[in-house]
Amino acid sequence: MIVLNGRPAEGEGSTVAGLLERLDLPDRGVAVAVDAEVVPRGEWGTFVVPEGAHVEVVTAVQGG
Amino acid sequence: MLTIADRTFTSRLILGTGGFPNLDVLAAAIDATQTEMVTVALRRIDAAGRDGLVGVLDSAKVQVLPNTAGCFTARDAVLTAKLAREAFETDWVKLEVIGDERTLLPDATELLVAAEELVDAGFTVLPYTNDDPILAKRLEDAGCAAVMPLGSPIGSGMGIRNPYNLALIVEHANVPVILDAGVGTASDAALAMELGCDAILTASAISRAEDPVAMATALRLATEAGHAARHAGRIPRRLYAEASTQHAGLPTFG
Repeated sequence: MIVLNGRPAEGEGSTVAGLLERLDLPDRGVAVAVDAEVVPRGEWGTFVVPEGAHVEVVTAVQGG
Repeated sequence: MLTIADRTFTSRLILGTGGFPNLDVLAAAIDATQTEMVTVALRRIDAAGRDGLVGVLDSAKVQVLPNTAGCFTARDAVLTAKLAREAFETDWVKLEVIGDERTLLPDATELLVAAEELVDAGFTVLPYTNDDPILAKRLEDAGCAAVMPLGSPIGSGMGIRNPYNLALIVEHANVPVILDAGVGTASDAALAMELGCDAILTASAISRAEDPVAMATALRLATEAGHAARHAGRIPRRLYAEASTQHAGLPTFG
């Protein structure tokens, strides 16, 4: 199991790209951190999410 | 022209996108302000939904300035800025490190630590700061590309509570000074510019006005008027009157 945006989820052993496929993401304005480190977009295809990882997937919202 | 870091702007009004009732009103307000830069925030994608914000900003051809709103520590703010850099492909960041939920006032020590780290990491840092001339100087010395003092707390609409501090910040700054937070209506924006600010950043004053698009126009005009007045050189304030009509030649009616 992993923690995806604060909730338990399946996804350990998957790449970041594999994880994101399920989320129907927009093309731009998205970023990912795994265990408080940013995973650059160029590494999404190779970065494997470890067991127990805390994954944050963020996007743009309105804000001052 | 307003120059921040390596970019120049014709508009001196930066628009925060928070608080607009919907994206159509946001788009119309962007148009009415003629702004060239707008702020956005980052949130978890499942909570935020996908509302087409990026599309609206792309269509408006405005520069996106990501913020670190909601961060209480330097660590969180730095990580959020790095996520924003990845998401928006910009190294510009509006750095906010908040010390308290109720006032949303900046945490000065965490802010300075985060600013130093982000400058070192290659960011163009625009910090939201207290109206403290010493802290503003420290942020400038840390390499920030501008300083953005508050007029009063975020969303309060209380205007500029300490115009003397703002004037001191302007007097000593060698980077642009942008009034960030507190603008409630046009006169607040005009006053900030008359005090020598280089630009205004506002969200709530426009987004939460009864007619956001009309207020967007009002704040654009006020910002331009205040800037023009600053450079026109105002008359000094006097306690007593100074006649504008000459005394000589006044007829007498003995």
